[in-house]
Amino acid sequence: MKISFNINGQPQSVEIEDPNTPLLWVVRDMLDLKGTKFGCGKAACGACTLHVEGEAVRSCSYAVKFAEGKNVVTIEGLGDRENPHPVQQAWIEHVVPQCGYCQPGFIMATAALLAKNPNPTDEDIDNNIVNVCRCATYTRMRKAIHRAADLTPSSKVLNE
Amino acid sequence: MKKLRLLYIIPVILFATILLATDFNEYAEENNNRTFTRQTAESTEYFDQMMSALTHPRCLNCHPSDNKPKQGIEAHPHYFGVERGKDDHGFTATNCNTCHQEENNDFSGVPGAPHWGLAPASMNWEGLSKTEIATSMMDKSRNGGKTPKEILKHLTEDPLVLWAWNPGIDAAGNPREKPPISKEAYIAAVKGWFEAGAVIPQ
Ligand code: FES
Ligand code: FES
Repeated sequence: MKISFNINGQPQSVEIEDPNTPLLWVVRDMLDLKGTKFGCGKAACGACTLHVEGEAVRSCSYAVKFAEGKNVVTIEGLGDRENPHPVQQAWIEHVVPQCGYCQPGFIMATAALLAKNPNPTDEDIDNNIVNVCRCATYTRMRKAIHRAADLTPSSKVLNE
Repeated sequence: MKKLRLLYIIPVILFATILLATDFNEYAEENNNRTFTRQTAESTEYFDQMMSALTHPRCLNCHPSDNKPKQGIEAHPHYFGVERGKDDHGFTATNCNTCHQEENNDFSGVPGAPHWGLAPASMNWEGLSKTEIATSMMDKSRNGGKTPKEILKHLTEDPLVLWAWNPGIDAAGNPREKPPISKEAYIAAVKGWFEAGAVIPQ
C-alpha cells in the first residue's frame, strides 16, 4: 500500500505492506530520520514524539495510514544549527541534555505546547510535558521551556 | 304525555351512561395498571441488561466523577496525570489524540476509537447507582439537550460507545475485558427498554 505525506516540508511516499505500521518505524527505518527515538513502544515515555499537522503525537502509537496527506515534522525539520527553533536555542543555552536520548521527544512536545500556549505557567508545563527522562533533566528543562517562551516570537512557532 | 315519558327516560339514560362510564374507567384503569406492570417487569429486565454494560469499566472509565479518566478493569486513574481539560479531550498540547487515534493500536496496545475523549462532566457516572445513571442520561439538562430518540441512537450507534465490544489488546498483548453481555444483546436491551417506555426502576 502506498502512503503519501509531507515530512519536514518535503513530499514523501512509502510503499508499505501493513498500513498499521507505526509511523515511528517508517520515519526511522524507511526514511532514515533517526532523531525520533524509540523508548517504550507503548505511548508511555514520549521519546517518539513528533508533529502531525502541528499536534504532538506519539509516533509509536500512530499507524502510518493516518499520516496520509498530512504534514509531519520531526526533530530534523524543527530547526538546524544555523536556524535553531527557539526551543532548541533555549535547550542549548541551558545545556539541558544529559545522555540526550529523550530530548528530541521533549523538544517536540515543548514546541507543540508553545505553538498553542506561548507563555505556559509551571502548571501548564506539568500538565502538558509528561514525557520521561531517565537522566532526570526536568529542572533544566523547565527553565529552558520558560526561556524558549521568551525567545519565541509567535510567528516562529506557528510557521511550521 | 309524550313529554312526560321523555322526562323519565332522560335520567335513566344519564344513569346508565354514568354506570357504563364508571365501568369503563375501572376497566381502563385496571388495563392500564396491567399494561404498566407488564411494561415495568419487561423494561426492568431490559434496564438491568443495559446497565450491566453501562456500569462496566469499559464504559465508566470515561465517565469519571473527578475529571480524571480511569484505566484498566480496576479503574485506576489514567497514568501521566491526564485530566479532562477544557473540552473533555485533555490538556492543550497533550491531549487524548497525542496517544489515542481512531482505532485500537495493536503495536502499542493503546486503545482508540473515533472522537476518543471523556463524556461531558454532566455525565459523571462514577460512583452513581444504576437509577442515578439512567436519570442523568435521560435528563435533557444534563445530557446535552438530547431527546430520548437521540440518546437511543447514541447508545446503540456511537462508535465510541460500541468500542466497548472491540476494546483491543493491552501493551502486553492481552485482550481487554468486554462488558458482560454481547453487543447484540446490549443493543436489543437498549431498544427494548426505550420501546417499553424507558421506565427507570426506582
Ligand atoms: S516510544 Fe513512543 S511513547 Fe515511548
Ligand atoms: S537526558 Fe537521558 S533520558 Fe533524558
